[in-house]
Amino acid sequence: MSAPAGGLVVEGVRKSFGKNEVLGGIDLTVAEHEVVCLIGASGSGKSTLLRCVNLLEPIDTGRIVVNGEEISAPRVDVNRVRRGIGIVFQAFNLFPHMSVLDNVTLGPRRALGTSKANAEAQARELLGQFGLAEKVGDYPDRLSGGQQQRVAIVRALAMRPRLMLLDEVTSALDPELVAEVLEVVRGLAREGMTMVIATHEMGFARDIANRICFLDGGVILEQGPPEQIFTSPAEERTQQFLARIIAAGRM
Amino acid sequence: MPIRPVPGRRSRILQGGYEPMTNVSIALVSTFVFLVVVTLAIVNAPGWETVKQSFFNAGEARDSLPLVARAFLLNVKMFLIAEVFILIFALLIAILRGLPGPVFFPLRALAIVYTDLFRGVPTILVVYLLGFGMPGLNLTGIPTSPVFWGTVSLVLVYTAYVSEVYRAGIESVHPSQEAAARSLGLTRAQTLRFVIVPQAVRRVIPPLLNDFIGLQKDTALVSVLGSVDALQQANINSAADFNYTPYVVAALFFIALTIPLARFTDWLILRERQRRQAGGVG
Repeated sequence: MSAPAGGLVVEGVRKSFGKNEVLGGIDLTVAEHEVVCLIGASGSGKSTLLRCVNLLEPIDTGRIVVNGEEISAPRVDVNRVRRGIGIVFQAFNLFPHMSVLDNVTLGPRRALGTSKANAEAQARELLGQFGLAEKVGDYPDRLSGGQQQRVAIVRALAMRPRLMLLDEVTSALDPELVAEVLEVVRGLAREGMTMVIATHEMGFARDIANRICFLDGGVILEQGPPEQIFTSPAEERTQQFLARIIAAGRM
Repeated sequence: MPIRPVPGRRSRILQGGYEPMTNVSIALVSTFVFLVVVTLAIVNAPGWETVKQSFFNAGEARDSLPLVARAFLLNVKMFLIAEVFILIFALLIAILRGLPGPVFFPLRALAIVYTDLFRGVPTILVVYLLGFGMPGLNLTGIPTSPVFWGTVSLVLVYTAYVSEVYRAGIESVHPSQEAAARSLGLTRAQTLRFVIVPQAVRRVIPPLLNDFIGLQKDTALVSVLGSVDALQQANINSAADFNYTPYVVAALFFIALTIPLARFTDWLILRERQRRQAGGVG
């Protein structure tokens, strides 16, 4: 498979923790400006796949290509690779001992070598765009969950990534705070950000995704446009999963 | 000294539901009664007059006070110098112990052997071994001063303790913090420097200060090498007059130094607890 200039190619990726195989041969291609949503039950491997793409977990076998570069190759500078890939975590993972501004400027200043003045100017502008101008000097534990997650998104964006990985970014939020974060993600999609999003928000996935991938037991069991996956899924496991989601009132 | 109830310590239910002023009065009265009983018991003991003469002799105290005070400056000096080195070395040892991967096994092993060794050997033995052994080597360029080797001994012993405190702090920082920092492209060293260690140090300040209270007292061990610190000066004075009052004077100096640090530690712990409670989600 030839790698597209931008975007992401995952080929035959396997990952085990001890005897437990979490990814059992994942093949996935994401074109530049495409938004792909990963759905599936907890433990189906969505988070692990995202962590592998960001090289936070080493893979056992397979290949990962980002923007035309094979990042899973040995001797790749992982720090340089990670600078170009943004990841947002379920639990925000903001740095509690730093102000919002310092959270956002840490990456640009230390990993990119941007000057303090430039990094802060860029950070203020980004925070302003995301409705966080008032929160620049606050510490994370003074913010609501939705605000914290938006800061985490800004922190990832401040590195000017070409690929964003979102790992269940609304799962730790109170229901009334989910919308403000999803709105931010929709904005990124409109601007053409290439994104891989693991999510339990099926309505959101249907709206935003160009393609839905259903993960089950560490493999992509089925993938296709949202209309197809949500209305006429081919696989029995997909049907069962969606039936459970509908029964739980999450759709 | 005024006694105030510590605010926010216990719930109302545990306090027994009294008004705050009633609590203060009860605390004052019970403390007073306790002190009177203890004082009476001591003063009426059969040997009190002898003990009073040999331990609480006002004249002896007056005579020894300036000398002990001057000698005590040596304890303060050793403590301050040792503390700086301990803070730096202990952090290095703690970081060495946390290095991942098989390449760093020798360094990890070295750090473990070091902490095991110096936490295991009694401090006074380390002081003896280094204080008499190192000058005994007659190597040119090596200091022979007992104060130097005494301070080195304290640094070695307390570095082992404090490195364990740091290590506990570093391990208490959730791995997701490291993941977040590395995902931004920070190197492992930058992650330690900007994300892990600042959080770890904040968390271990109270136990760190606790170790320094121990260190302040243990500076007296250096007197076994013959250097004239507060304890040694008290030794000299008491031997001259066969009176133990100078020891009490020396003890008071140590207490005067450690109590403020102990109260400061309490205050930090309380503030941290209140901050966490106010922070809510944390």
